[in-house]
Amino acid sequence: MVMSFILTQLPLLLVQISSGTPGAVTPTDPLFRVDRINALVMVLLFSAAVLIYTRWARRGKKLFVRKIAGLDAVEEAVGRATEMGRPVLFIPGLQELDDIETIAGISILGRVARITAQYETPLVVPVRYPLVLAAGQEVVEQAYREVGRQDAYNKDTVQYVAGEQMAFAATVNGMMMRDRPAANIYMGAFFAESLLLAETGNAAGSIQIAGTARPEQIPFFIAACDYTLMGEELYAASAYLSHEPLLLGGLKGQDLMKVLIALAVIIGVVLVAFNSGTTYLSWFQVR
Amino acid sequence: MKRTVPLILAFVSGIVMVIAFFCREGSFAENLSQEFLIWSSIIGGFSLLLGAVSIVRVQWKHVSQRKSGWGFSIVTLIAVFVSGAPAVLPVSWSPLLGRGTGSIYDWIFVYISTPMSGTMFGILAFYIASAAYRAFRARTAEATLLLVTASLVMLWRIPMGEAFLGTISSHLVDFINTYIMLGINLAVQRGIIIGAALGAASMSLRILLGIEHTYMGRG
Repeated sequence: MVMSFILTQLPLLLVQISSGTPGAVTPTDPLFRVDRINALVMVLLFSAAVLIYTRWARRGKKLFVRKIAGLDAVEEAVGRATEMGRPVLFIPGLQELDDIETIAGISILGRVARITAQYETPLVVPVRYPLVLAAGQEVVEQAYREVGRQDAYNKDTVQYVAGEQMAFAATVNGMMMRDRPAANIYMGAFFAESLLLAETGNAAGSIQIAGTARPEQIPFFIAACDYTLMGEELYAASAYLSHEPLLLGGLKGQDLMKVLIALAVIIGVVLVAFNSGTTYLSWFQVR
Repeated sequence: MKRTVPLILAFVSGIVMVIAFFCREGSFAENLSQEFLIWSSIIGGFSLLLGAVSIVRVQWKHVSQRKSGWGFSIVTLIAVFVSGAPAVLPVSWSPLLGRGTGSIYDWIFVYISTPMSGTMFGILAFYIASAAYRAFRARTAEATLLLVTASLVMLWRIPMGEAFLGTISSHLVDFINTYIMLGINLAVQRGIIIGAALGAASMSLRILLGIEHTYMGRG
């Protein structure tokens, strides 16, 4: 269905859009939102870029990925916790499981749990939503099973503490001050409680690694944590930590899109500067 | 089986959501996506029980093992039962039951939970001060730059500070607004947002296509 649309209507619509006749692309199709054709083009372009690089990675092509200090520090932080005999605290954000940041956090949790299982270090994962609890328990149990330490798995490693934002922050702050975890890892979506958590962790003397895609919370984490993953680094973490070529291929595809977007921005700036970018800008508006 | 079924579910539900975005209201894909959202709400509702069991089990363990801070666990357990039990009992028994206005649940929420949340939020101001003190210590050129910029922006954000800046130069307030907030600050924020959006899209695509299954604890 989608393919037939792409083959039959897409070229026609692109011609209509490029001719600068907005009336020509007024939605008339009973099924498809033709006014969102630009978004479809971007989705296809992006998918193609990711798939091409993934294919190259599968064929064994070496892909360079820059070092991310915060992720390299994860193992060091767990090692420190092991030496000190204290737990590692991991928070996969304060959003529901349908948020991609939470899924990224859960992915990283799997990696961290594998390291804590190997080192036999206690892991504590407080969560705010029951669905995240279920997913977190599954991921941690699987990690312990994969390293052959299923006997060491404790079902209360991942625990539901509170559904309300500030109640969650108060509970976790209490845990930090009582248990004094050697390492605090925050990965996911955070809001006003970010600094409450990170400052308390700092006061408790923990090594702290944070990662979030929320630009408004990044300064707080930078001020209070030892390492901070910014924006896309959070989503790259699972691929980076796994070193799997297939996952790294996705990162390279993403980089290609960034180059294309930067080029599009530069072209837009030049066109707008010469007062002739109206049609061009309309290509990027999603209705 | 345990691996394949979740991958298929993730692929089908994800693809339906993507297709629905490009379909009109009332179309099959759009209706199906709405149906999926309803299912996710229902599953979320059932999972609340998991949360309740988890919180009671963990806190009870703290109390029975006399762990550090076990007194707080007793308070938590009492709070769970006092706020939870009257909320699930039928309002036909008493107007104090249920979750309506004037019920015990409502009373606890309005007069205990909300003020305590407000208090926690208020404490944030002190945390900002201590974090800012550490971050703004002018030990390096970058930290000094941060200190100067942050001081100007903080002054600009309050009426008295804005008036003070106006006495130094009438253009200073406009300069901060135009070049620091809408210039450098916005440009950096947009850079982070574009990167994060692409990262999220890339991860979603990897999950949809089954390339990434780390979210299931595998791989």
